[in-house]
Amino acid sequence: MKPPPFRYVRPADLGEALVVLATHGDEAKVLAGGCSLVPMLNMRLARPEVLVDVNGLDGLAEVHAGDGTVTTGAMLRQSVLERSPQLRGALPLAAACAPHIGHFVTRNRGTVGGSLAHADARGELPLVLLTLGGSVLAQSQRGQRAIAAEDLFVYHFTSALEPDELLTEVRWPVAGPGWGYGFAEMAQRHGDYALAMAACALRRHDGAVAEVRLGLGAVADRPLLAADAAGALVGHDLDGPAGDVAVTEAARLAAAVARPFDDLHASVAYRRHLVGVLSERVIRQAWLAAGEGA
Amino acid sequence: MNGTGAPGGWIGAVPHRVEDEALLRGRGRFIDDLSPVPGAMHLALARSPFAHAQIRGIDVSAAQAAPGVLAVLSGADLAAAGRPLGAVIRGATEHYAVAVDVVRYAGEPVAVVVARDRYLAEDAAELVEVDYEPLEAVVDPLDAAEVGHVVSDRSFRYGDPEAVLAGAPLVVRGRFPFGRWIAAPVECFGVIADWDHSTDSLTVWANFQGPFTLHTVAAGALGLPAARLRLLTPPDSGGSFGVKAGVFGYIVLAGLTSKICGVPVRWIEDRVEHLAAAGSATHRVTDVEAGFAADGELLALRYDVIEDVGAYLRAPEPATLYRMHGSLTGAYTVRHVAVRNRVVHTNRCPTGLNRGFGGPQLYLALERIMARGAARLGLDPAAMARRNLVAPEAFPYRTATGGLYDSGDYAACLDDALQAADYDGRRRQQAAQSTGDGRRRLGIGLACVVEPSISNMGYISLAETATERARGWPKSGNAEGATLAMNPLGGVTVRLSTVPQGQGHRTVAAQVAAEVLGLRPADVEVQSEMDTHVNAWTVSSGNYSSRFAGIGAAAVAEAAGRLAEKLRAIAGDELECAPDDIELRDGQARVVGQPDRGVSLRRLAGAAHWNPESLPEGLEPGLAVTAFVSAPNLDPPNDADEVASSAAHGFVVDVAVVEVDTLSGEVRILDYVTVHDAGTLLHPRLVDGQIMGSFAHGLGPALLEQTVHDPDGNLLTGSFMDYLCATSTEIPELRILHRCTPSPFTPLGAKGLGEGNTMSAPAALANAVCDALGVDDLDLPLTAPRIWEVLAAAGERGER
Amino acid sequence: MSGSGEPVGPPREIVVTVNGRRYHEAAPDRILLSDFLRHRLGLTGTHVGCEHGVCGSCTVHLDGAAARACLLLAVQADGAEVHTVESLASGDRMHPLQEAFREHFALQCGFCTPGILMATLDFLTHNPTPTRTEIAEMLSGQLCRCTGYAPIIDAIAAAAQAGAE
Repeated sequence: MKPPPFRYVRPADLGEALVVLATHGDEAKVLAGGCSLVPMLNMRLARPEVLVDVNGLDGLAEVHAGDGTVTTGAMLRQSVLERSPQLRGALPLAAACAPHIGHFVTRNRGTVGGSLAHADARGELPLVLLTLGGSVLAQSQRGQRAIAAEDLFVYHFTSALEPDELLTEVRWPVAGPGWGYGFAEMAQRHGDYALAMAACALRRHDGAVAEVRLGLGAVADRPLLAADAAGALVGHDLDGPAGDVAVTEAARLAAAVARPFDDLHASVAYRRHLVGVLSERVIRQAWLAAGEGA
Repeated sequence: MNGTGAPGGWIGAVPHRVEDEALLRGRGRFIDDLSPVPGAMHLALARSPFAHAQIRGIDVSAAQAAPGVLAVLSGADLAAAGRPLGAVIRGATEHYAVAVDVVRYAGEPVAVVVARDRYLAEDAAELVEVDYEPLEAVVDPLDAAEVGHVVSDRSFRYGDPEAVLAGAPLVVRGRFPFGRWIAAPVECFGVIADWDHSTDSLTVWANFQGPFTLHTVAAGALGLPAARLRLLTPPDSGGSFGVKAGVFGYIVLAGLTSKICGVPVRWIEDRVEHLAAAGSATHRVTDVEAGFAADGELLALRYDVIEDVGAYLRAPEPATLYRMHGSLTGAYTVRHVAVRNRVVHTNRCPTGLNRGFGGPQLYLALERIMARGAARLGLDPAAMARRNLVAPEAFPYRTATGGLYDSGDYAACLDDALQAADYDGRRRQQAAQSTGDGRRRLGIGLACVVEPSISNMGYISLAETATERARGWPKSGNAEGATLAMNPLGGVTVRLSTVPQGQGHRTVAAQVAAEVLGLRPADVEVQSEMDTHVNAWTVSSGNYSSRFAGIGAAAVAEAAGRLAEKLRAIAGDELECAPDDIELRDGQARVVGQPDRGVSLRRLAGAAHWNPESLPEGLEPGLAVTAFVSAPNLDPPNDADEVASSAAHGFVVDVAVVEVDTLSGEVRILDYVTVHDAGTLLHPRLVDGQIMGSFAHGLGPALLEQTVHDPDGNLLTGSFMDYLCATSTEIPELRILHRCTPSPFTPLGAKGLGEGNTMSAPAALANAVCDALGVDDLDLPLTAPRIWEVLAAAGERGER
Repeated sequence: MSGSGEPVGPPREIVVTVNGRRYHEAAPDRILLSDFLRHRLGLTGTHVGCEHGVCGSCTVHLDGAAARACLLLAVQADGAEVHTVESLASGDRMHPLQEAFREHFALQCGFCTPGILMATLDFLTHNPTPTRTEIAEMLSGQLCRCTGYAPIIDAIAAAAQAGAE
């Protein structure tokens, strides 16, 4: 379990990094936290010709609070997302998922941008960014562009980033008044990839659901938004009997939209069942949290 | 720090472990930390991607030409330099350390790359081109039996099982599969081999754990007289739990490679290799029939066992199947037993030693059938167990299959466990809960298991018939040696052959020697490295069958006792009294009852070393003693196929209380009580450590862990992402209670205890979950998805 | 010497401070930090158990934060400060966490122990008074097959409590 040969490049600045990516394209891999890439190297499942280490680049781990958005550098470590009081306050959904990303030690190295660019359909951060309706900034020698989370995750381990593009920033919509969040996942062990997970962002207004987004993870080839399920909730007071009906219906619709896989660990039926269970749980969490904030 | 009881109070005390400081400081000396010979080249192995295939050809030219490569060897190259690995049963598939012509499991070595470092060796291993013709793979043990891949098929009967079953008021039947799982020590295998062509001998360092029967097997495969295979183990080994017995095949592989290439070589197994090819527990399918009387008495048992040992019968298999033979009736008095044992080959990695070794599989079947019998009879499982336990006055108790249980008070242990777990209260809670919404269900599971230790080296020969056995040499017993020496200043060194991997043998050996010699443990330096050219060892030496407390420590006590005798003789001469009137205490030899008449051991040691002329007439000079002890009552199997398969038998009662969430299928352990009777406890803290570790090793296959192959024999659990070792968040805290009924068969009264909960936990947890859900059958591991599927199939899907 | 894998490009000169000592070494691009520490610098206290980031035996501190040495290239430590288990004791005195492990019989084979110590020390700097549940969650990233974890949790809880007093 030793990495195959590659050439290691440590660009001095972003410009140089983009040159390297433009030069090597598909043959290059970006090395961020290494939590996913290095195991694949050690097992020789990945064989890049060039490894572009972006850990030394300045300015890629900064946090900027803007108008309704927090922007974090791509190299922000997951442990910072988990522990920073500022981020916990502004991004409660991201903070809620953080303890489930791998383990204490791996979160020290694992980065927000690396996790998003890796586009693992079982990743917590892709699900959260999608649920929040956030976006990322991709830079290349050709320029820069924003990619909405809804467009970023294409397929298992496949993002919309072009080979010459580097994900440099993540833009997270922040929690506004009346918003509440919920996150839940079912994994076989603490820190494992989830068998299924769900996240919810919900705004209460006048005692009813005004806006809601429900995201599902690990149950398709990419994280999904359950739009129909969300639609079933809008306008309802979830505390009342009609609310129970709405939540049940939303959970049913969420389960219907999931496209899970069979594997060693669990069947399609079980995962689909979990989608319903977890959806209901996160909707309730978000509803409660939105009530507390209001 | 002293315990109680005996003079020095060291036996039963809980001193800090002497092993710990070096390990905590990062100064352990594990196999990959050692460079015992300069210039060792690194090995990497090319392994088969197929579970079964003909090798039509191997082209090593590209690998040979890769940078840093010294040589690339095929299975044929190694076979030409050595011999097959010997198997316990004649007619088993011929097995070489590296495959020749046919590969029989995915991960089987097909070529050896020798290179300057492991990185380059792995580069070259990828370039080995093998032309495979895939063949059909047999993966499931039942399929293997069906198509006739049976290596051994033996039937046994004791008493009159057919008649008693036919007449039993209730007969309960069940099938209990127990899948493969692994020990997964955190340190993988490692071997450093140095062939000396001038003497045609091999020196090997390996984190092997014994038994040293396998030294003989390795020497045979290397084509060496055993005296020219010098096998050493490093001072530290990063866990084994049985699996490192399997290192011996790689000792042969590395040894022959060193011989062919003329250089020392080192092979450090990586995790992917380990998961694919190091070995696992057997996959066993047990069909049971149990006959019961209306009052719950277990009248007769019939086992029909199919045991998957993988592609080759790797020594000491089929030992997993026979280790428990004398204990097939568990803790119960049933006298009528029928057994059919079939050992089958599949296209999966060969199996081998794994903590619990046959016990988990046996007790899952026995304890589940007991619980099902109780349910059918409308009896409480605890009352049912009590009805059948061997009574305290029955010891020593001869089981139906020939086991000889030494001592115990099983009913008292059961009572302790039920009380500690508030069994009656839990039953009331369970009854009350049945009126709730039913989403969360409480279950209580019981397991009563006899924990054998110190294996009879002869039990494996039950795989052959009495007639076949009569043609060979009988095998029996289990012996161990230790060497103890006093230096001229009165300090003591002990050398063990028990090859520990973390059990604290050095700490306990120092306690025992100190106790006998009237010293402090700090005066005793213990070495636990094996060196087959130096140590006092037998074929049964090593670390398995929980044999240290019963036989390993006893060898130390025996050697120390003989040294003490000698010291008393010298002191008696000097103090002008009979040696029997001398006691050794506090570093002194003193006349009993006269505390002021004494001489220091240091002075006696000085006299023995420096002034042998002063020794009493007839006393041999020197203060080094090697002593061997053998466990009693371990005769070879008799003509009726009865065998005392182990020397000592502890007893374990577990009560597991679980809550099953029917919505998610998750099992939560609310309480877990275990009561042990392991005789005299030499170091109670280390005892509890063994119990906790053993429990974790049983909880794994009960709840999470399984080695899984697809129908083509491809490994699906090839990394730690998919083989789910139980971690700190899955293992609950145990409540441990002890009783102490010393063994009359071991010198210190101690019994082994490192495997009991590995045997009991799968049964107790399966009983608890089945109890919670009211279902008859649940395959292990009891994962949330699996439980949910079972409920869904039963129409009980926990919808919101 | 494990790991001088050099077919691609010349080894790179790196300067790395390990346990307070500066090393100037030539490291091929692909050598893992775990192999570099163990076989180049002879610091064999850092253990290798899985090489895919799961078992945690190789945990060291990179610029003060716990990290898996098997998921880092040695060249990534260029200019950085690394601490390994060998740095914990000072002379005859073991670190209080090491003492707590001995006191609570929190190790058996000891192979996983260095990684657990390093992970725990970082954990305690962020959470000096953890609950047993929090300790267990941190430990879930560190594999131990001997102890069943309870004694390790005991030791960490005791060390944390002693540190808090």
